[in-house]
Amino acid sequence: MAKTKERGMNDRIKRLRKLSTETQPHIYIERAVLETEAYQMYEGKVSVPELRALVLKHFFTHKKLYIGEDELIVGEKGDYPQAAPTFPELCCHTLEDMHNMNDRSVVNFTVTEDDLKIQEEQIIPYWEDRSMRRRILDSMTEEWKEAYAASIFTEFMEQRGPGHTVGSVKLYEKGYLDYQEDIKTALDRLDYQKDPEALNKRDQLNAMSIACEAIMILGRRYGELARQMARDCADETRRKELLQIAANCDIVPAHKPETFYQAIQTYWFTHLAVTTELNPWDAYSPGHFDQHLGPFYDRDTEAGILTRDQALELMECLWVKFYNQPAPPKVGVTLKESSTYTDFANINTGGITPEGEDGVNEVSYIILDCMDEMQLVQPNSNVQISRKNPRRFLKRACEIARKGWGQPAFYNTEAIIQELLNAGKTLEDARQGGCSGCVETGAFGNEAYILLGYFNLPKVFELTLFNGVDPMTGKQLGPRTGEAKDFQTFDQLWEAYTKQIDHFLDIKVRGSNVIESLYAKYMPVPFLSVLTNDCIAAGKDYNAGGARYNTSVIQGVGTGTIADCLSAVKYNVYDHGNCTMEELLAAMKEDFRGHERLLNLVRNHTPKYGNDDDYADNLMRKVFNYFLDNVSGRPNMRGGTYRVDMLPTTCHVYFGDVMIASPNGRLAHKPVSEGISPEKGADRNGPTAVIKSCAKMDHLKTGGTLLNQKFTPQVVAGEEGLNHMADLIRTYFDMDGHHIQFNVVGRETLLAAQKNPEEYRDLIVRVAGYSDYFRNLDKPLQDEIIERTEQGF
Amino acid sequence: MGKPLIFNIQKYSIHDGEGIRTTVFFKGCPLSCSWCHNPESQRFDKELLFHSDRCTGCGACSTVCARKAISMEGLSPPPETIPRLDRTLCRVCGACTTACPHSAREIAGKEYELPALIRELEKDRMFYERSGGGITLSGGEPLAQDMDYIEELARRLHAKGYSVDIDTCGCVPYEHIRRVLPYADTFLYDIKLFDSQAHRKYTGVDNGLILENLKALSADGGKIRLRLPLIDGVNATEKHLTDIILFLQDNTIRPNRIHLLKYHSTGSGKYARLDRLYDGTSMAEPDAGWLCRAQDLFRHSGFQNIQIGG
Repeated sequence: MAKTKERGMNDRIKRLRKLSTETQPHIYIERAVLETEAYQMYEGKVSVPELRALVLKHFFTHKKLYIGEDELIVGEKGDYPQAAPTFPELCCHTLEDMHNMNDRSVVNFTVTEDDLKIQEEQIIPYWEDRSMRRRILDSMTEEWKEAYAASIFTEFMEQRGPGHTVGSVKLYEKGYLDYQEDIKTALDRLDYQKDPEALNKRDQLNAMSIACEAIMILGRRYGELARQMARDCADETRRKELLQIAANCDIVPAHKPETFYQAIQTYWFTHLAVTTELNPWDAYSPGHFDQHLGPFYDRDTEAGILTRDQALELMECLWVKFYNQPAPPKVGVTLKESSTYTDFANINTGGITPEGEDGVNEVSYIILDCMDEMQLVQPNSNVQISRKNPRRFLKRACEIARKGWGQPAFYNTEAIIQELLNAGKTLEDARQGGCSGCVETGAFGNEAYILLGYFNLPKVFELTLFNGVDPMTGKQLGPRTGEAKDFQTFDQLWEAYTKQIDHFLDIKVRGSNVIESLYAKYMPVPFLSVLTNDCIAAGKDYNAGGARYNTSVIQGVGTGTIADCLSAVKYNVYDHGNCTMEELLAAMKEDFRGHERLLNLVRNHTPKYGNDDDYADNLMRKVFNYFLDNVSGRPNMRGGTYRVDMLPTTCHVYFGDVMIASPNGRLAHKPVSEGISPEKGADRNGPTAVIKSCAKMDHLKTGGTLLNQKFTPQVVAGEEGLNHMADLIRTYFDMDGHHIQFNVVGRETLLAAQKNPEEYRDLIVRVAGYSDYFRNLDKPLQDEIIERTEQGF
Repeated sequence: MGKPLIFNIQKYSIHDGEGIRTTVFFKGCPLSCSWCHNPESQRFDKELLFHSDRCTGCGACSTVCARKAISMEGLSPPPETIPRLDRTLCRVCGACTTACPHSAREIAGKEYELPALIRELEKDRMFYERSGGGITLSGGEPLAQDMDYIEELARRLHAKGYSVDIDTCGCVPYEHIRRVLPYADTFLYDIKLFDSQAHRKYTGVDNGLILENLKALSADGGKIRLRLPLIDGVNATEKHLTDIILFLQDNTIRPNRIHLLKYHSTGSGKYARLDRLYDGTSMAEPDAGWLCRAQDLFRHSGFQNIQIGG
């Protein structure tokens, strides 16, 4: 592969992309400063929702603007590419945190002396005791804290806001003046005679209106800046471009966009406002961008005011914009579960229309071309593959995927729709839905589907084997469900395991419910509420149950590991008497040192998940179904219910790190399996067997699953290789598989890149539901990717 | 009906016929080509494979062997000791394969009841249907096995609607070919060497029967994919190719596709597992330019679908 290449369709894009990829991410402290000012001005004088909206307005009124030399799409979260604002209202970083961000070897952010001074003198004194992180940790019970510390589960909202926010077609049908009209109508309808919530609704709606004002101020200011720059610009071509930018800003975001160009610009302003208002996990995403832009593209090209190349150039400009915004800095466990700059904006291309027809249009191919040319890890790009899509679309996507950098990922439209229907959505809302973040299914523009944290299924089994004691620390964390050696049958062991799962899920859910309530109370998001149906009509915030659908999601981690652990114990201890429970536990405690026979037995002579072998696959099904049934349908605090996803981001590395060796021969501290992929090295019958095993999970009952496949380049070479890859994906989807993604890279390449990271600066690999630069991953994660089974024949 | 030995069932097989296939490798072959990259496919009996790279010299295999066929040799203590297998004593009982803590020993060759085999092959049905793939019977030599078993296997798979390809060296009684012909989709048919003397030298047998069978198969309407292994130093010559072209033309044999398979030495490591030597000194991969010229040669002689590789 080319080790470094300047990418972009023309010089402008090349320059923009180069600046973006070569600028070191750094802290942008101005947001925290302006936010503190706003709180000092308004707190106590206005309602909480209004306060939050006024923060956004104050920030957009005073923040430093940036229009880069070559830019056609304008707007930055910070004052320069790669500037990451902080959100002290969520997580007030200590000076130690700030030093750590600056010094750590990966996912680092430059922190200047000035930043430190401001943090120390202005930010910490004000926010230290009122950040959400503080409120959350103060509200959690001892047992929650102990389980959290033992890595039985994580908590997404510990330093980030509720996420999963995806734009719908509404963004292009209305301007923010129109939203203000809608808000006014809702205000007029408030019933102060009968509705005890009327006053709260008024505050909320007022806040939404202020938030609309805030984004319009930002648009206006960018227009003024462009005009001013045009006046000072000697170059005629650039002057015209700047005037065009100004003209766009005269229309959007206040009014609905009139052209393809304005549609992209209005999306981008909206993106900035959502991700500036709060720091939502999984940023913001344009959803079915191709379908939304399609009509603009057709109209403009027919009118002769847009060529395909111009459309592609604008798309590439937008891609750079996405890449310019690293995810705000994380610390602690949140950094471990999501160790990446990626902000998880995830664009769905393809799929079907709300009417149920093929959704692929020319813009779909423009997006694929853009993805192919730019090779950027942000935005995260996927294709939604429906049986109604043309094969040409699937093959074009495969052609890009086989280049080996992990994008696009493939999602199954028909599965997504059934998952959403199964979760109670209408057919129309389901068809407009898709995936965001990594692989999570949602009804775009209509749903708040909040991810709450990962749940470590293998760790809970580890505790079960030690009667509720964490063998890492010796602490009694779970209930005493019995000594493993005393279980006479596998069923008795299973029962103990389910009691432990129940115990920890209860703790997790109680904690999450409190956290959700804290967000509803202290951190409303009036701007995001404007965009999400039916917050305006209900006069209710996105974080308080104002959306049409309100879902809370817990993600199960370690599917492959837990299936193989159950298989190892059932097969060897109970079914065949190959070893005793005591022998197995002793081997686990001693990391299998001196237990080579046992290690060989559980590794090489035991049925494993991922080989289309019902023995192991049925155990996967058993544990998955138990987890699913126990979680799904629990009520949340926003009027909705809980659901499950099966994905890990980078959490499988963290979860494995705090475990001793497992019964399946996974050694101490090694990662657990990721997504629903088999344990590393366990699948030995090729990709079709992996797919068959994975399809035995009932994907349609989940909110998303994640399957990684690694191929060597030869397997997917040539026209035939492309066809086989397409057929493999299509067949998985015929079986209702939710998602599949590919790393196409040889082991030697990865090993070489680990040795000489500088020579492989551009090497991108698929991690979990996203791609990242190999050099940005820490060593255990790099090792983990190298060890993932490579399907080569 | 006897049960032939199978040494591998390869899923997602994408180089043995159309689409995504599962290939069944039967053990035992009338030929013993000197470049064979599956030496464990040649003998009709079970064989013990030894992966020396996994062995730590612990001696567990030697202790457990009832026939004392394994002796520990060399310096002690481990890992300098290595087990030596006396294959004349070994009855391939498999005791050492279970005893070895490192999976260094493995038996090649397993019997399947027909229904169990068919169940296994049907697992990838949806992939076959989506990709136009199916099942390939290969080897070793599938048509040198118990033909009641093979015919019944092919018949049942065919009746279930699967495409069945037969990968054959052709060195079998024509009757065997005729028996599977009604159920076979395509025959992947090898010509190793055209010169009969050279054929004997490199494969151990004469090629007369192979060429006659090809004529007969073609005459009976069998769909043929011709597969030509090309080895520099053995048969990667223009003469070899023109001989084949003339033969095909003279007998009006029109293969649906012709594969030019370049030699590779990736199987050479497998010989040591059987305590056999691999002599690849006189064999090399033909260069890419020559292969392209070979492709052109066929094209200019009026043949279509000439493909380099599987």
